[in-house]
Amino acid sequence: MATVAEALADLSVGRRLKVLPLEELYTSGHRTCQGCESALVMRYMAKVAGPRTVVTGTTGCMYVANTSYNSTPWVVPWAHTQLGAAGSSALGTAAGLEALMRKGKIPREKINVIAFCSDGGGGDMGLSGISAAMQDTRYNLLILLYDNESYANTDIQASGMTPWGAVTSFTPSGTKKKISQHRWKKNVPALLMAGHPQGRYFASASSGFGMDLMEKVRIALDVGGPTFVQTHDPCPKGWDFDPRRSHELAILAVECGITVLWDFLEGELRYQGVTRQLVEGALKRRPVAEYLQIQGRFAHFGDEEIDYFQSQIDEMWEQWLLPGVLPATAIPQELELGTAAGRGRSEDV
Amino acid sequence: MTTIEKPVSTPGPAGGGPGYQEEILTGCDAVAQSLRLLDVDVLAGYPIRPYDAVMATVAKMIANGEMDAEFIIADSEHSQFEIGKHASLVGARSFIGSSGVGWMYGMEALVVTSSLRLPVVALVGNRALDDPGAFGVEHNDALMVRDTGWLLYWVETAQEALDMTLMAYRVAEDHRVMLPCALSMDGAFLTHSQHVVQVPGKAAVERFVPQYDLGDRRLHPDNPISVAPQFNEDWVMEARRQSDAAMRRVPGVIEEAAAEFKEVFGRGPEDPFVEAYMMQDAEYALVGMGTVGMVGKVAVDQMRAQGKKVGFLRVKWFRPFPASRLRSLLGGLKGIGVIDRDYSFGSNAWGGVLYTEVAAALYASGSRPVVVPFIAGLGGREVSVQNMVEIQGVVEQHIASQPAEVDCHWIGVREHVGKGGER
Repeated sequence: MATVAEALADLSVGRRLKVLPLEELYTSGHRTCQGCESALVMRYMAKVAGPRTVVTGTTGCMYVANTSYNSTPWVVPWAHTQLGAAGSSALGTAAGLEALMRKGKIPREKINVIAFCSDGGGGDMGLSGISAAMQDTRYNLLILLYDNESYANTDIQASGMTPWGAVTSFTPSGTKKKISQHRWKKNVPALLMAGHPQGRYFASASSGFGMDLMEKVRIALDVGGPTFVQTHDPCPKGWDFDPRRSHELAILAVECGITVLWDFLEGELRYQGVTRQLVEGALKRRPVAEYLQIQGRFAHFGDEEIDYFQSQIDEMWEQWLLPGVLPATAIPQELELGTAAGRGRSEDV
Repeated sequence: MTTIEKPVSTPGPAGGGPGYQEEILTGCDAVAQSLRLLDVDVLAGYPIRPYDAVMATVAKMIANGEMDAEFIIADSEHSQFEIGKHASLVGARSFIGSSGVGWMYGMEALVVTSSLRLPVVALVGNRALDDPGAFGVEHNDALMVRDTGWLLYWVETAQEALDMTLMAYRVAEDHRVMLPCALSMDGAFLTHSQHVVQVPGKAAVERFVPQYDLGDRRLHPDNPISVAPQFNEDWVMEARRQSDAAMRRVPGVIEEAAAEFKEVFGRGPEDPFVEAYMMQDAEYALVGMGTVGMVGKVAVDQMRAQGKKVGFLRVKWFRPFPASRLRSLLGGLKGIGVIDRDYSFGSNAWGGVLYTEVAAALYASGSRPVVVPFIAGLGGREVSVQNMVEIQGVVEQHIASQPAEVDCHWIGVREHVGKGGER
């Protein structure tokens, strides 16, 4: 096993992650649920970030279940921040460290600043603050959004990232209204990527693919500037399934084409792993029913609802210009994707 | 900021002190000068009038290389205050500010700043809350943090704004305190009016305000702590009690700092907590906060000329509230009129916030004077010398008629406007 320093030295941009540090920087001391994938994501994140890291975390599962007073899983410095404050806590932390280093009040060194948030804190309330952080190229910071698709520690309420049709305490299935969650899931990494051209790195990952996720976190920290990584994390409590199937579900979501593994670095959009095989046609998508039927939150689905869900995923894969990223299904004819034709400066015409 | 034609420089206090330069500054500019002198590390701004002038001045100073700091344009007041809080948590001296509903928008972040015991300093350019939209001064914005562990001070002049910005950091960052401090400044009347201000030198400021040191609470890889884990019923009450203990230590720290201020800068107020004007032999007092003090003191001069023994008492520190000072200064008087530039609909005697505090403080005095509540100057309406005389008249009338119930008087308001009378 490599030491932390040796292992992290090997994790620079463009190199595959081959060795991992032995040390855990997110360890015992939390009381997350059995089968909690987000706790695993925290562990992955801290492991590849290394000890010269400062972490802030918004209110949510990874606050309430992680850090009860007199007990903490964090070996790296960690501070709570408010539900909508992932972006602003990262900015404040990074700006404070930068000012102190520039003025010689603390030694100059690279300190990773990571703020994590949930789908509710990041995708709903904190979106504006994260957007501001993605614009501020003066600072190195990573926002990690762990997406467990509901306000899971509050009592399982729907967030803007809860899948269509899912039962939550705010979107029950009733005798008159079968589907209350009528909103299709918000695509946060894509909207952040498209809207912040000077952001340095954006990625969509999954708790089911740990190596891919750790590579993405590491790339984000290595390239510096404002970066964003989202992970898709099955939640036994919120989604109502047997905790032993957490990891299996995360993988299944990718195999069904519901979760899409991609990243965007220096102008290049890339698909990874199973997603890449789907894109290249080396693998066929599995029917979404396989994923939906394991979960109690979709137990009210009949054929009609399953078919609708499948049709939306099919449309994304078959019609979108970039599955999981760009919902446009056509572009103006004079624009040829991948070339500069028709997009030159006026004096070139 | 305009430098007067011939800047006045003095050698400062005896022993060859640092001296100062006189400049013509608005209230906001005066605060900005202090921020420069204090070498503030991180400032977060978000636009709302009238406090925003301080951020504009600071941004210009940074652009011109007169000040070295990270200036972040936030996406909202909530983010703005969180940025200030987290910068403070890594050991950076930080500054925020707002006005009116902007201050309210970031309320969650303000509350956690005090409960985390982080000495962020804020400027509140007092402004009426929406709706209806109004730019003028009302004190309700700043008063909204009065119960949360923020120190609150109301300034009257640009000089006081500069001085108290230094004092705010000195007191807030004191290890016995470690609480945030908000300076309140009447919108337009002070934020944007110019005064001649003595700007001290950097050496003197450094002597008066030591470097910010969060000690073993600093968030840094060399100090890998976990900050603000979840408590619940196990520990919350003890945490609140610690904030209370810190607040109780503040008056002593203020006294100490005020004495040292005089020593370093060769000037400073007689009483750091309240300004007592013509109170020595007073039988009556008018009480208020902020720029209403200027009008009040002119009115007192006029009434004194007519033989009326009236004084003006300006409350400067509102948190901690100087209750014992008020008891000793107001305890034996015949009557007191408290002028609130705020409202607290439905509160005791239908009065404002300051009235309630003053009345509660005087309840414990040996002879309880008559205290009459007044509401005036809301939304930036001018409070005139004539209004002050009117207020004094109502206090005297109140004593003469001895009504069964105390009732608040609205001064300078048009009653029953439009059709339908009361609404």
